[in-house]
Formats: sequence, C-alpha cells, structure tokens
Amino acid sequence: MSKTSVLYDAPGPRARQRNVLISVVFVAALAAFAWWVLSALNDKNQLDLAKWDPFVTDSRVWTTYLLPGLQETLTAAALSLVIALPLGALLGIGRMSQHWWIRRPSDVIVEFFRSIPVLLLMIFANQAFAEWANIDRDIRPMYAVITGLVLYNASVLAEIVRAGVLSLPRGQTDAANAIGMRKTQAMVYVLLPQAVTAMLPAIVSQLVVIVKDTALGGAMLGYGELLSNTRLVAGNYSNTIAAYTVAAALFIAVNFLLTGFAGWLEGRIRRGRRGTGAVVPHDAGEESQTAGAGLPAPALGKGATLPGGTDLPSAGTGTGSGTGDGGPAPGSS
Amino acid sequence: MLDFLDLDRYDLFGAFWTTVELTVYSAIGSLIWGTALAAMRVSPVPVMRAFGTAYVNILRNTPLTLIIVACSQGLYFTMGVTMWTDGSDPNSLAFRLAVLGFIVYTSTFVCEALRSGINTVPVGQAEAARALGLGFTQVLTLVVLPQAFRSVVPPLANVLIALTKNTTVAATIGVAEAALLMRDMIEREAQLLPIAAVFAFGFIVLTLPTGLFLGWVSKRVAVKR
Repeated sequence: MSKTSVLYDAPGPRARQRNVLISVVFVAALAAFAWWVLSALNDKNQLDLAKWDPFVTDSRVWTTYLLPGLQETLTAAALSLVIALPLGALLGIGRMSQHWWIRRPSDVIVEFFRSIPVLLLMIFANQAFAEWANIDRDIRPMYAVITGLVLYNASVLAEIVRAGVLSLPRGQTDAANAIGMRKTQAMVYVLLPQAVTAMLPAIVSQLVVIVKDTALGGAMLGYGELLSNTRLVAGNYSNTIAAYTVAAALFIAVNFLLTGFAGWLEGRIRRGRRGTGAVVPHDAGEESQTAGAGLPAPALGKGATLPGGTDLPSAGTGTGSGTGDGGPAPGSS
Repeated sequence: MLDFLDLDRYDLFGAFWTTVELTVYSAIGSLIWGTALAAMRVSPVPVMRAFGTAYVNILRNTPLTLIIVACSQGLYFTMGVTMWTDGSDPNSLAFRLAVLGFIVYTSTFVCEALRSGINTVPVGQAEAARALGLGFTQVLTLVVLPQAFRSVVPPLANVLIALTKNTTVAATIGVAEAALLMRDMIEREAQLLPIAAVFAFGFIVLTLPTGLFLGWVSKRVAVKR
C-alpha cells in the first residue's frame, strides 16, 4: 500500500472512528468463522493430538515420506527449469528473428504449448514414453513430469526472454550496429547479457509456478513427489487434514523463499547503477505469464526504465499488470 | 484412422462441455470473491488489508493440485462436506468440490489483477476529482473505477485463460472432464498422436478465441494517457 492511495484521503477523526468500528466487526466475523471451522474439525476429531504429533514425535514421517517427496519436487522443478531455459532462450530469440522461416515456427511453437494445459502435456509424455521409449517404469513418471514442464515452461520463458530483450533501450542495438557488430554479435554480446539481469526475477518467479505444477505429476501420474507422499502419510496415520496442512505449509515455505528471493533480486536490479534498471514483470504472479494467444506479450513497464527509480504507471493498458509493483513479491506494495 | 473417435463410447463433447462449465462457474465465483478480496486489500482498514494480503500470499503459493485434492480428501472424505448434494451422484459432488477449489485459488489472481488495475490510475486523477469537490463515492464511481476496469481487462483475460487450462486439474479428483477422458482414451486406444491432437485442438479452440476477443476488447477500452 502506497503512502497516498488513489482511493481515499488521509482519514480524519470521523473516518478513523468508522475504521475502528469496521475493524472490530471484521475481526469478530473472522473469529466467528475460525471458531466454526475449528469446532467442525473438533467434531470429527481432527484436532486430536494423535493426528498431529506424528509430525513431531515420529521422525519416519519426515525421513520416509515428506523430505524425500520434497526432494523429488525440487529435483523435478530444478531440472525442468535448467532444461527449459536454453530452449526458451532459443525460442524467444527465434521470435525476434528477421527471417520469417525462423520467426513463424517459433511463434507457432510458443503459442501452441502455451495454450495447452500442462497436465495434458504430462499425460501425453507419460504415454509416449511408455509406447516409444525404453524407460524404466519406476522413473517414467519423472521423465513425463519433466517433459511436460519443459515443453510448457520453455514457451513461457521464451516470452520472458523476448520481453527482456525488448525492454532494452533502442540505443543499445543502434550503438552495437554503429561499431560494426552483426545482428548475432549484437544479440550475444550486447543485448542478452543486459536482458538476463532484467529477466532474472521473472525467471525465479516462474520457478514458483514450476514447483506448484510438479504436484500435478504426483496426483495424476504417480510421481513420488511431496503431494503423493502426503497421501501416503494421510493413509498410514489416518490424519488427512493434518497431513495436507503440513504439506501445504512446506510448499508455501519453499515458494515464499523463492518469491522473496525474486523480490530481493528485483529490488537489487532496480536500485543498481549498472544496467538499465528495467525489470520484466512476472504478470501479477499469474500462472501462465500472458497465457493467452492474441494478448500482448508481457510488455515492460516503461516506468521501470525512468531514471531515479520512480515507478510511473505505464502508458496504455496493453502492458499486462500494473507496473507499479512489477512482481508478486510477498508483502510488496 | 479416426475410428478412435467413437462418440458413443467416449463422450468427447460432454467432457469438453464439463471443462467449459467448470471454467464458467469458477470464473463467476472467483470474480466475486476476488473482487471482495481486492476491496479488502485496498481498503483503509488495516485489519482487512492484512487479511487480504495473508490470504492472497498463502493461497497463491499453494499448488492448485493440493487445494483440489484436499477439497476432495479433506472436505468430503474426512469432514463429510457434501456441498448441498445428497451424495448419490459422485460426479456432481466432485464437480462442486472442484469449483470450490478453483474459486479459492483463482480469486487470488483476480484480486491481484484488480489491485494492479487500481494502482495504474494516477493519484493525480483522484486528487483532481477531490479538488473539484467530488465526494468519496463520486471519486470512486466517476473517476477511479472506470479507468481501473479498463486497464484490468488484459490481466483478467490472462486469469480466465489460465483458469480454463487449470480446470484440467479437476481430473485428479475424478471430474469427468477433458484431461481425464484423454487419459482414459490413450490408455485404451493405441492411437496416441491423433487423440492428443484432438484434445490439444480442443483446448486451443477454447483458449485462442477468448484471448483474441479479450485482446481486442482491451485495445478498444484502453485509456489513452
């Protein structure tokens, strides 16, 4: 919340009184809701100590199920990102090519994989590996999950790369041309290195999406990641509510660390003297970046490039999310 | 070649219709709840702001799959919540649970889209309106919201398209929608590529026109600044 909100003035005495009243009513309503939930849980004996204390007393819950599951989740997410990055970079650069026979196929590939649900890609990959590849049954789900995530995220990252390069001032290309660089040289030596810093926060934010999507593989393909191991915990200790709460907390903790890191990176880049200070916004934390075919690419907040780090609202509305807080960092704004 | 498209055995259009229904109900629900959340997040009351922020940050960082599975395992199997069904039709129960999960999750993105829309309205607009003597309601309805709604179209369109694709997650709790049917079909028929192509085409048909249409709308209503 910015100091001066566009919606209301600084509160006077009457507004302050009214705010206190609303606060009291709201807290009372929240408390009533929480009481209702807790008593419902209590009626079904879900608050019994026996359901919750395995997570403290029984170390096997962690060593056999949750931690290996978390490790699988993180492995799949990290591998997917590492494989998707170069592919995404190629596709993103391909979309900016001046040759139509490179640009068009890149466009089609990116738009195709962005409009298909990642679950469909995973199911397809799983079956394809079963039919056409000689992959051991046990690790096939992992291959399928990573393949699905790579196909989808490569096209999302392609858009991030493109937005990153387009965010650079035109003068960079002009200067590179002026000293006699060819197009490839300008891209490799001048544009990409600067674009990478602008893209980093968006890439880290995309990692959050990837971590969340690995859970799909657990639920549909039997990949042994955190969610499917949570199911085992819930079955073995018959503590469904407790198990899912702990699993959710683990996911949230991992993703908070990642978003926090992304926010920190973004702040560092924005403040930095070197580079343009431009940052590719991760579209309001939305799942799929700009997802939609036909919608404008995740254009950059022009405000981000203004000197002095002032964030002005960008001109025009085709620029995706509001650029004032170009990222989903928790507690930002 | 296309004999796998045995529409008597596989209810292809029914599955995609379920996907559409999931999308529509979840979109309406998350638009309402997301607007309420956004109102909390921009309200002058600190407690409401804190609640809105906490809700959004927690739910947005939880995997949708976990929310959906927990709706089924936790709410129904453990707590016995039947969502106003008599429990005799498992498919309609799973459908309602899935819609609940989608609303809980998607509303966070709706909230963020709306909030970013309000943030794009320059403070000077409201200050000018106040200087003219407009009251709070007038500032809101005549100056701020008309501009905010316009700039909110592209991010909301993205949320809607992402929601359309996310409805496939309902397959994890057995809602008979497109992704579940695709898995059934490719397991039973030895026609992987044609089947995958049909389903890919189905989703492109669902998402591409939405994107094009809403992109066109957002260009038309854009605020020229």
